[in-house]
Amino acid sequence: MKWLVRILFGLVLVGFPMLGGDFYVNLASQIFIAALFAASLNLLVGYGGLVSLGHAAWVGLAAYTSAWLYLRLGLGHSVTAPAALLLTTLMAALFGWIAMHASGLGFLMITLALAQVLWGTAYRWSAVTNGDNGLSGLTRPAPFGIALDKPAAFYYFALAVTILALWMIARFAGSPFGAALRGMRDEPRRMAALGHNVWLVRWITFVYSGFWGAVAGLLFVYYHKYIHPSTLSLTASAEALLGVIAGGAGTLAGPIVGAAIVMLLKNYVSAYLERWNMLLGIVFVLIVIFMPEGVVPGVRRWWTRWRRQ
Amino acid sequence: MQFWIIQTLNSLALGGLLFLLAAGFSLIFGLMRIANLTHGSLFMLGAYLGATVLRLVPNLWLAALLGGLAVALFGVLFERLILRPLTGNALGQVLVTLGVSFIVADLCLVIWGGDPIPLAAPAYLQRPLVLGSIAFPAYRLVVLGIAVVTAIVLHLLMDRTRLGAMIRAGVDDMAMARAVGIPVSRLFSFVFLLGAALAGAGGVIGGPIMSAYPGLDADMLPLALIVVILGGVGSLLGAFVGSFIIAFIYTFGAALLPDLAYVILFLPMIAVIAFRPRGLFGRQST
Repeated sequence: MKWLVRILFGLVLVGFPMLGGDFYVNLASQIFIAALFAASLNLLVGYGGLVSLGHAAWVGLAAYTSAWLYLRLGLGHSVTAPAALLLTTLMAALFGWIAMHASGLGFLMITLALAQVLWGTAYRWSAVTNGDNGLSGLTRPAPFGIALDKPAAFYYFALAVTILALWMIARFAGSPFGAALRGMRDEPRRMAALGHNVWLVRWITFVYSGFWGAVAGLLFVYYHKYIHPSTLSLTASAEALLGVIAGGAGTLAGPIVGAAIVMLLKNYVSAYLERWNMLLGIVFVLIVIFMPEGVVPGVRRWWTRWRRQ
Repeated sequence: MQFWIIQTLNSLALGGLLFLLAAGFSLIFGLMRIANLTHGSLFMLGAYLGATVLRLVPNLWLAALLGGLAVALFGVLFERLILRPLTGNALGQVLVTLGVSFIVADLCLVIWGGDPIPLAAPAYLQRPLVLGSIAFPAYRLVVLGIAVVTAIVLHLLMDRTRLGAMIRAGVDDMAMARAVGIPVSRLFSFVFLLGAALAGAGGVIGGPIMSAYPGLDADMLPLALIVVILGGVGSLLGAFVGSFIIAFIYTFGAALLPDLAYVILFLPMIAVIAFRPRGLFGRQST
């Protein structure tokens, strides 16, 4: 029964581009990117108990690095992609070192402040980032000679990368290392007393989570072929965090469902009215007050209760 | 010479405004353990309300008073109706303040539009003060004066009154403060009211320097956060010193290296976190 559902779901994912129109295929690609972004943030928020409000920094930094190397130095994708991942991961190592000196709300404030510093720099440093105009004229890569310019081709590329990333994230969370991380979320002092290096485990998680954020950033810039400072904004970080919390922090499926909800809401509503920020704020407040545990745990509880009857 | 004096005055005025913002943020964080992410929005709301009052009555001080009161009212309602039911859920409270900051920012955009609205300084302060061959912009000196007077009043309030002693007790050990009968819950509302009033009035007073524009909240909030990280949570002196350090670094950075002004803000943060993680004047948290 469980396997049947999985195979059906896989068939739907593979067959979707043949059934859906270009608009829906592109929307699905964007949902994959948002899901990967949220899943990488969930490593920190859900498994580590470290709420970051600066995760958009990794998406933006990777996207800007890859775009700049291509536009200014004329390097190919086989160089820009690893270089962007490397630079972003190194920055995550530095930011993590700074932010890990605080815990709880201090961590949240420092990640927010650091990401806002990058956002302000993206706006001001126009010699590198072209300021408010953003960087345009980018291309998509062609892995193994396959052009990704058609919506369906990019869909499969994004799907493959997202599945690989989610598998790696799930392996990480399910490993003994992930168990130690969850232990530190719940009982940091006991874990320290047991001889675990709380600081190191959290810092490695921060860097790993930044790496997958950078992968999401590469997918983002390949999809849009354009990058703007708003990618690094507090709104972008808040959207991802809302996805994690709305879906259910600390579960594998939660951030994916949450990111899909946020993305659908954004696309559906912004077609009718321009008040996305207000809606985002209202959804935030409502989720925290009425559904603090998230959609996936909520539905799961409801499902088991219904099955028992 | 003129450049250095003007930039120093700009730094002092910005430092004063940052103090009005960061003092409330720091007290709220210190007492209630809430990182109030609406604080930048309260500043912006004050600036816009002040602009509206100025259109009806051309008196900046009256506008600052009314703007501060209106924002204080908003703050108290927000604290009582939305934050209070979430007591004990610190993360939920922070997320709600973030959500409300988005709502306020968008409402301001709906009501006041996307163009910056300048606020005029009082006419008698618009002429520069001339001393020898150097001209000082008078209004910036007045802003600095207001911030210093506010700092002294806040210090006296915290250090010399019964109310201040109760707030300090709550910051240091809330459970013990409750146990000896201090009405901590009412203190929460008072501190939130005070912080919101300072932010709102600060927005109006800052209006002639920075005007009211969409994004003012996102520009001010990170500065306030960095001030509090630098100065130490819950410390008035820390907020005061931190405000001026950040204002000088930011102003001179923006004048000398305009592209990298934000990157330079990193440096004091990294330094303080590496050598004194709880901030210059922060106390060991319990």
